[in-house]
Amino acid sequence: MEARTLFDKIWDSHVVRKVEGGPSVLYIDRHFIHEVTSPVAFLGLKTRGLKVFRPEQTTATPDHNVPTVNQHLSIKDELSRNQVEMLKRNCEEHGIVYHGLGTEGHGVVHIIGPEMGITQPGMTIVCGDSHTSTHGAFGAIAFGIGTSEVEMVLASQCIMQPKPKKMRITLNGKLKKAVTSKDIALYIISKISTSGGTGHFIEYAGTAIESLSMEGRMTLCNMSIESGARGGMIAPDETTFSYIKGRKFAPQGAEWDKTLAYWKTLKSDEGALFDTEYEFDAANIEPMITFGTNPGMGIGVTQNIPEGKELTGTDKTTYEKSLSYMGYKAGDKMAGKAIDFVFVGSCTNGRIEDFREFAAFVKGRKKADTVTAWLVPGSKAVENQIREEGLVEIFEAAGFELRQPGCSACLAMNDDKIPAGKYSVSTSNRNFEGRQGPGARTLLASPITAAAAAVTGKITDPRNLMD
Amino acid sequence: MAYDKFITIQSPAVPVAIENVDTDQIIPARFLKAVERKGFGDNLFRDWRYDKNNQPIAGFPLNNKKYSGKILVGGKNFGSGSSREHAAWAIYDYGFRVVVSSFFADIFKGNALNNGLLPVVVSSEFLEKIFSEIEKNPESQFEVDLEKQTFTILSSGESESFEINPYKKHCLANGLDDIDYLVDMQEQIAAFEQAK
Ligand code: SF4
Repeated sequence: MEARTLFDKIWDSHVVRKVEGGPSVLYIDRHFIHEVTSPVAFLGLKTRGLKVFRPEQTTATPDHNVPTVNQHLSIKDELSRNQVEMLKRNCEEHGIVYHGLGTEGHGVVHIIGPEMGITQPGMTIVCGDSHTSTHGAFGAIAFGIGTSEVEMVLASQCIMQPKPKKMRITLNGKLKKAVTSKDIALYIISKISTSGGTGHFIEYAGTAIESLSMEGRMTLCNMSIESGARGGMIAPDETTFSYIKGRKFAPQGAEWDKTLAYWKTLKSDEGALFDTEYEFDAANIEPMITFGTNPGMGIGVTQNIPEGKELTGTDKTTYEKSLSYMGYKAGDKMAGKAIDFVFVGSCTNGRIEDFREFAAFVKGRKKADTVTAWLVPGSKAVENQIREEGLVEIFEAAGFELRQPGCSACLAMNDDKIPAGKYSVSTSNRNFEGRQGPGARTLLASPITAAAAAVTGKITDPRNLMD
Repeated sequence: MAYDKFITIQSPAVPVAIENVDTDQIIPARFLKAVERKGFGDNLFRDWRYDKNNQPIAGFPLNNKKYSGKILVGGKNFGSGSSREHAAWAIYDYGFRVVVSSFFADIFKGNALNNGLLPVVVSSEFLEKIFSEIEKNPESQFEVDLEKQTFTILSSGESESFEINPYKKHCLANGLDDIDYLVDMQEQIAAFEQAK
């Protein structure tokens, strides 16, 4: 039999029909919805007089525009409240499980899915949010869709998709101190650019990838979309299986053994062909920081902003526009630049491991007076774990305060907005103009690099403060 | 969502000669709180169009009266970032029917096609020609022929063909969407579930 990639295996087994000269009708195993991209889809169903086809395969939670303080109170912002209430009503009407604010299962969609064991290897998973790619960490095909497609899934449990090309990114070698999967992601995007992955689905492979925890793998797959790729995935292995085992929706008993046997077949065959391949050496990666207005504009924290002398035409004007938005000059050294805000959270770095790393760094230190810090857990479960493990005490002793779960300053739809002109070191995924609030200037980094900035008030190489 | 059938368009074009135009610029997140698909055109490119006192920013092409038409021309890697379909809605609602660039982000492209907005990919050289044609004469007319799959600068007759998959072409030309197609397949989908 022809050697196939992991992606082929999962994709091919989910094609219900191939439309002649067109896309495939792809069956979707798991669907996540949130308050922002679903209301118009439900409205569409209503207009057509349709019911949700397979309500038990959709999971809902409000995350994008919820407040991260006082969640027990009614949401103040009328439009946000309306969206959240509408999601709840739509779920009730159609029999979809809804994890409301303050409940055990609440959190950012891409955090709660894996936590509950809903996300599993071999599945097709979609959500009206581009960072659905996160779930690919489990060896699933997971990608973001638009609202029309949300409506398709609700109506038929299928969407129409052309099959993307396949890319493999191999990272071998050993990661250096203070280098995390966030740094790997920013490094790769800085090398292949924000459009380098377009049209492709990425498989990450190599010894450095295998050494990552599930949390680390999720961070990496999460950022795949920032290279333009539809998604990223990692072949499931023992790390994956032991993460899933025992979770609420994981297969149990005899079912577990049977499923596990199938999961173990999920890897690219020897000799399988990829349309595009890249290989990088883990030892070349430093803690990263971005200096511009897209996630591809990242450098090692010790480096200077590139001069961009080779650029011409719109490339050049776009680069200059970006630096002028950031208030930086080509050639500037990043280390030592003052910052105003630190945001730790989002579906990229809002998991327990991220807060552990942040806590380990700030323990025994103090937050800089000039810095406002928002620590926002990705889910209620993460928040609970932070409390149980005693991390809250470490945060508080260092002058930090823990908020409640949600997307928060990742996209600033709620009140957590960075003021115009202020600099924010953020563990989220996008540094676009205005992403964290109109005029906000975002510097993407790992939780460790964010911690170093939070205690010094400036961009700092975290290794200088570690033994 | 039903939309108008796509017929051949002749129109001047509006240039946004910026690369990596991301969906946060097309429609900032704070305008995503609606629960209906209405009025997004008003906030298209909001933060590039208006300053913080809600005054139009003179330099931005959408505020420049000399530019008009149903065709938006953007720099390469147009529509990167989030999956928000509101970006396609905003462009459509503003009155555009075609977006031209040398490169589109995947999700944006799919969203556009699902909403009657035609993404036209041209070569970077041709894109430069379009930009300089508009600069020379903002009223210059362009033709987008879906049937023939061509984009033409009418003043010079220079033309480039673009790709679109036959299924999507059929949908656009007839104002059809995928949901009807899938709903008709429900029985087959149920059989697929059984066999799985
Ligand atoms: S945390 Fe940010 S990227 Fe993740 S789902 Fe929320 S808004 Fe999207």
